[in-house]
Order: sequence, then structure tokens, then C-alpha cells
Amino acid sequence: MLDRILATLDESEKAAIDEEELAVLKAVADELLSVPQESLQLLPALQMIQTKHGYLPRLALRMVAEHLAVTIGNVYGIATFYNQFRFNPPGRNPIKVCLGTACHVKGGEIILENFERRLGIKENETSEDREYSLERVACIGCCALAPAVVVGEKVEAYVTPSKVEGIITEIEVRKEMAAREQEKNED
Amino acid sequence: MKTEKSPKEHLKAHAESAASVVAALKDSPLPVIYVGAATCGLAAGALETIAGFEEALKDNGIEAEIRKVGCLGHCYAEPLVIIQNPGFPSLLYQKIGAGEAGILVRSFLKDGSDPCYEYLIGALEADENFPTLMDYPRYLYENRVVMEHCGLIDPKEVDHYLAVGGYESLAAGLEKGGAWVLDEVKAANLRGRGGAGFPAGKKWEIARGVEAFSKMVICNGDEGDPGAYMDRTLLESNPHQVLEGLALAALAIGADRALLYIRAEYPLAVKIMEAAIIQAEAKNLLGENILGSDFSLAVTVFQGSGAFVCGEETALIESLSGRRGMPKVRPPYPAVSGFAELPTIINNVKTLSTVPSIIKNGAEWFHGIGTAESPGTAIFSVVGEVEYPGLVEVPMGVTLEHLVVDVCGGIKNGKELKAVQIGGPSGGCLPASLMETEIDFDSLKSVGAMMGSGGLVVMNEDTCMVEVARYFTDFTQGESCGKCTFCRIGTRHLREILQSITVGEGEMSDLDDLAEISEAVVAGSLCSLGKTAPNPVITTLRFFRDEYIAHIEEKRCPARMCRTLTAFYIDLEACARGCDACVACCPTEAIFTTSNRKKAIDQEKCVKCGECVYACPPEYDAVRRVSPPELIPDQGVEPLPVKENEEGDA
Repeated sequence: MLDRILATLDESEKAAIDEEELAVLKAVADELLSVPQESLQLLPALQMIQTKHGYLPRLALRMVAEHLAVTIGNVYGIATFYNQFRFNPPGRNPIKVCLGTACHVKGGEIILENFERRLGIKENETSEDREYSLERVACIGCCALAPAVVVGEKVEAYVTPSKVEGIITEIEVRKEMAAREQEKNED
Repeated sequence: MKTEKSPKEHLKAHAESAASVVAALKDSPLPVIYVGAATCGLAAGALETIAGFEEALKDNGIEAEIRKVGCLGHCYAEPLVIIQNPGFPSLLYQKIGAGEAGILVRSFLKDGSDPCYEYLIGALEADENFPTLMDYPRYLYENRVVMEHCGLIDPKEVDHYLAVGGYESLAAGLEKGGAWVLDEVKAANLRGRGGAGFPAGKKWEIARGVEAFSKMVICNGDEGDPGAYMDRTLLESNPHQVLEGLALAALAIGADRALLYIRAEYPLAVKIMEAAIIQAEAKNLLGENILGSDFSLAVTVFQGSGAFVCGEETALIESLSGRRGMPKVRPPYPAVSGFAELPTIINNVKTLSTVPSIIKNGAEWFHGIGTAESPGTAIFSVVGEVEYPGLVEVPMGVTLEHLVVDVCGGIKNGKELKAVQIGGPSGGCLPASLMETEIDFDSLKSVGAMMGSGGLVVMNEDTCMVEVARYFTDFTQGESCGKCTFCRIGTRHLREILQSITVGEGEMSDLDDLAEISEAVVAGSLCSLGKTAPNPVITTLRFFRDEYIAHIEEKRCPARMCRTLTAFYIDLEACARGCDACVACCPTEAIFTTSNRKKAIDQEKCVKCGECVYACPPEYDAVRRVSPPELIPDQGVEPLPVKENEEGDA
């Protein structure tokens, strides 16, 4: 199915798909085989792809549509309706800034802005090296610890602009240490 | 398998073994450390606390058991730890990080002499040597019915729930039958805790009356209201109570299928509920022929994909069916024809969690709590500018004043209370003058707010009400499913008008437009998302009109929150020569040194994040915030000339 869909693309569209995305698409093609071919499976199929790969690649939507024999418009309609789905690959350090009521009142918007400035990306974007991705979430239910941010799996409480700096620095330092460790092992 | 033994006899065997398991833990000769590890505890660093305990225990050669428990609801004091040390009552400690964990192990567990009063809140049971929790207003005024066991039992162990009388109500229900359960819940006048307050018994009665080959009960845990998290806490901290309520509801209407609809954003709740279902099935508390009766119930978990509108019954059913979660016209009501056209009951987590206690204690007992029209308790997540934020369970009918001031300790830092936002995006902002309003379904509606899902954000003088209205409208606009024109387009216009007012581009005629559009959105929307979306606008217009006028006529934000209308400057009189505290914290390097070696802010670069206000040492307190920005006085600031050789160094 994937090959057939790929064959319909023009050169520039093909060039836009990098190796990583191609690998994801191949995996999705395999995974879809286990999904029953009925339209009721639409949401679970999208949830499966989202959970396994962290995002819905464009062509994966077409594959789902073909597999379940529904229109691509239908798939796109569902995928854009629910907040769970995203269309960019997540960064290795996905950052979710909570903008629930309590976080908003305590300046969550400012925290989001600081991440945007510091990382050079806007919300719902992923940095070019795929190190960071940034999004806003409605509420993670940590209102008494506002403003809160989720970095990877970890919830950071009482975030301030200086702490934004600290969070990024910590990630960078960890990355640097891991790189040095690897270098040492290779020597 | 159906057997001769009655459900109660079946349960008794489970309860006895559970009691011995729990007794072994309670009478353990070794100390037991309970750490609150629900999502909020984890956010506050519960995992570091656990690691700290493990390390200290190892270093000191002490054997002790560490248990992860759910949430007590005292978010201000997280991470919370309960230590059960033989010879002492169980003691509750607050704000225990890894360091404090080490101190507790060394001073209390190793030497046994010092219970570390500095971290102590109190003893769980009465004791002459320690203050007890009931000595604190926060505990005394609360009336915990639904949250009684939250944070005290291990949510991953069904035995812990059984040992506190769990599933007894289900056994009683199985013996007396579904009609009796329905009658009790109806007599109790249990009103839906999801927000609207529709009597659960009435809904159940309709579904019970429909003939169908299969019926369904859905637990609505799609808590999408930003600022509310009690459903999550109940799912994470006492999952079996939810399951028992679900089974009782199923019994009452004659359902054979049940489903828990939980937000995908609550991964821990999903995990805990899935584990709880497996445990309950293993003990025959769910599944085929429950407790030897002829009642069977299959329970599954469904993860919601994140859409606020799916809190609406018909939208929730649409999303279960794999479609966009858009509400449908009622009738037919889901109770008659819902999921797959089967009679379907949808109840909120809190509603279902209340059911076991009603069955256990009777409808009359339930009427003894709360008001005549709204019996029972209400759970609020009180957050914002209060001293003790967290989850609070109080009887219906207490006043807002009592909840905010007596129970939650009043406003932080001695500031003034300005407003209470109650009910989330569907609720309203009530001013300080309405703090005597009683909290129940009907009183709140009469002042333009609503119970909603129980989110309560307390705001002080630094919160701008226009901005709050804009925030909620922005939220509902984004979550509007798009079906009804008035909701889809009306909320967009509301948002745009509010946006223009917050940046100082509003006109007086906007206020009439806001009121008119609000009215139209209420009238022209099908579901309660649209019907209640303008509530924040309507209430702020009614109670805080002067703030709107200040934004429009004076281009001034009285709370100094709207960033376009405010500015920061450093008072050179107060600023200390040579101090650099604010420079390092500024994310945009907007702070420079003046010719007299004090600091000033470059207004072009400043993004108004307010970080310098916190960085400035309190003894100087030199950063000022003004609105409108024109109020910055001319202090004759000159930047310090850069010396040539210094430039060369850089």
C-alpha cells in the first residue's frame, strides 16, 4: 500500500520525506495490517499511530483512509478535531506548557514565550535538530503548582523565566555529558 | 458461576483475607512510609523523595517498607509523607524532599527519639503527644465522603479498599436488587456532579424502563475543564470506589457493559484503572456472575483524545463511535438510545464515587449532609491565590467565604480578594461582594455562575478580569466543535473584541456588542458548551464593568496584567548601586547599567515578563510596574559609557 501511495507523489513531495519518516511509514503500514478494516476503527487506528510514533505523518493519514475505506477528508477531520494528535514529529525533549486557568493567571503565557524565544521555535513546532518540540496543553491538573510545564515525562512546578533557562541548560548539560561518555567509551 | 452462597458471604471471604493483609501492614514491626504519588505529588518531586528515603534507609541499615499512595488533596504541602513507626501514631509530614527524607530516617526511624516536629502536620489518630489533623481548620471543616480514603489507601491494592468496607454496597445491592439501588439513589436525590446537577436517579429510571438486549453505563472521566482535577484524583487514588459505583449503576439500570472514558492526558489514571479492573475481576467483583449472583458486567477503559466538548453526553458517544465529537439534538436522550443505539447512562466520576456511600449509609444519611435541594458534598479544586490550595470536599451549601477564607486559609501574602472564578470556562467570575453566596447547584446559577466541574480559581487584585474573560473565551472558541454557527462564530467575535480591549484598542460600543453577541450565543447553541461559553464575559461585564471602561477609555489595566498596557521601570532612588540581581534574570537582556551604576530597563527590548520584580532583593524592591506605560517617570537615565579597553576585553 505504501509503495502505491509513494508512486503517486511528485518529485518534490518525495524529496520532502526523509529516511526517519519513511521508516515510520513502513512501520505504520505493518501495524495497520492488524487493524480490522471497518470505519469504527478510525479513532483507535489514529491513536495507535500517535502513541507508537508520537505523531501522524501526512501519508499515514492516507494509508489509514485506504485501509479503512473512508475518505481522506474524514480521516483529516478526525485527526484535526482531537487535541491528542499532532502532525510534526515530537522532539527528543517534548515540552508541554500548561495553560490551564491557574497557570494562565500565574503567567503561563510568559513561560511559553520564554521557551519560544529560547528554542527559536513557535508552539506546535519541532526544532530542526528534533531535539525540542513545544506545545501548549489545556490543563495537566497540577493547578496548585502553577505555572507548570511537562518536559518529557517530568512535571516541573512553579516555573519562572529563569527556570526555563535552567531546564534547557540541564538538558544541554545532560546531552553534553552523554556525548562525552560515548566518546570515552569509543576510545 | 452462580452459586448458592449469597454475595455477602462471597464478599466476606475476600474482606477477611483483605483485613488480615492490611492488619499485617498496620501492625508491621517495621516502619512503613507512605508517599503520596499521584500526578501532583509526582510533580512536586515524590520520586526524589522516595529515592531519598531508600538511600537513607540503606545508609543507616534500617529496614522499612515504602508504599506509594494516592492524593490527600493537600497540594500546597506536597510531597506528603505518612510515617507509621511502631510505638507512635501515624504521622503526616509536609514538603518532604530527598533531604528531609534523610533527616526523618536518621532522627525518627534510627534513633526513635525525634519525630521532627518541624515538618509535622499532625497525627492521623488522636494522640496526647501530637497535634491531630482535626486541630487544623482545613481538616476540621472538610467533610470527606467521597475522598474519605484518598491518599490513605494503596490504589494498586484491592485489599486496601476491601479492608475499609469496599464493595459492601455492591454486595448489598446484589442481594436486594437493582430496583432497590435505584430507589435509594432516587430517594437520596443525588444530582450529577459533572456540572449540570441533573438527578442521577431520574436518568437511571429512564434507562431501566427501556427494554433492550443490552445496556451500557459510561463513567465520564473526560475532565477537560482547565483548573479542575478532582476526577483524576479520584481515579488515581481510589479506583475501586469508582468501579463499585459503576457496578451499582449498571445493576440499577440492568446494564451488562460498562466503560470508563478517561482523558489520554491522564496516563497514570488510565494505568491505575486498568490494573484495578483486572484485580476486581480476579476476585469476581466484576466480570461474570459477580459475587456468585446472576449479574455480570464487562468493564473496559477508553482513552479520550482530548476535546472539551466530549464532556457533553452525546458528543462523548459520538467520539466513542469513532467520529468527531459533535453533540446531537436530544431527544432521543442517551438513556433511551445512546451508544450503538443502546440505552446508555453517562455519569461523572464524582457522581459514581458517591453512590457506594449512599447505598451503604442510606438516603436519609445523605440528606443529612448539604442542603435540601442539593444534598451531599461538593469537591472543589481550589487554586490560585489562596494560602492552602488543593482539593477540598465540603458539604453543599457552605458559603464561598467559608470555603476560601476558613477552609483554604484566605488570600496569600495579605492581598485583597478580587474575584472567584467558579465552574471553569462555563462558569462565571464572582466579585468579593458575592462571597456570601452559598455553594450549591441552584444558588450559583442564580448569580450567573455554575457549579461546573468544581474548578475554583481565587484571584487577587493582580488579576485582570478582562484578560480572564479573554482567556476563557479563547479556550471555548478553540474547543467549539463548529456545529452551531452562533457558538463557532460568536465565540470568535467575542474573543476578538476582548483581545482588542486588552491591547487598548477597544471602543465603548464594544461593551454593547459583547453583551449582544453573548446573548445570541447562549440562545443559538445546541449544547451546554455554547450555552455557557459566554458566562465569563457576561459575569465580568456585570460585576467588573469599570475594568472594561478603564481599558477602553484610559488605556489602563487596573490589575497591571495586560502586557500591552503596562510597563516596568526601575526606581533609581530604590535601586542599589552595583547590584546585578536583575541583569542575570532578564531573558532578553533588556536591563542595562546607568551612568551612576544603577540599573534601567530598555523598553524596546523588555517583554514584560516580570522576572526582575522577583529577582530584585526585597530590601531594595526597586522594580515598579505601571499602567498605562506613559506613567514611567523621566528619571534622566543615561547608559554607562563603555570604556574602550573594556570593549576590547569583551
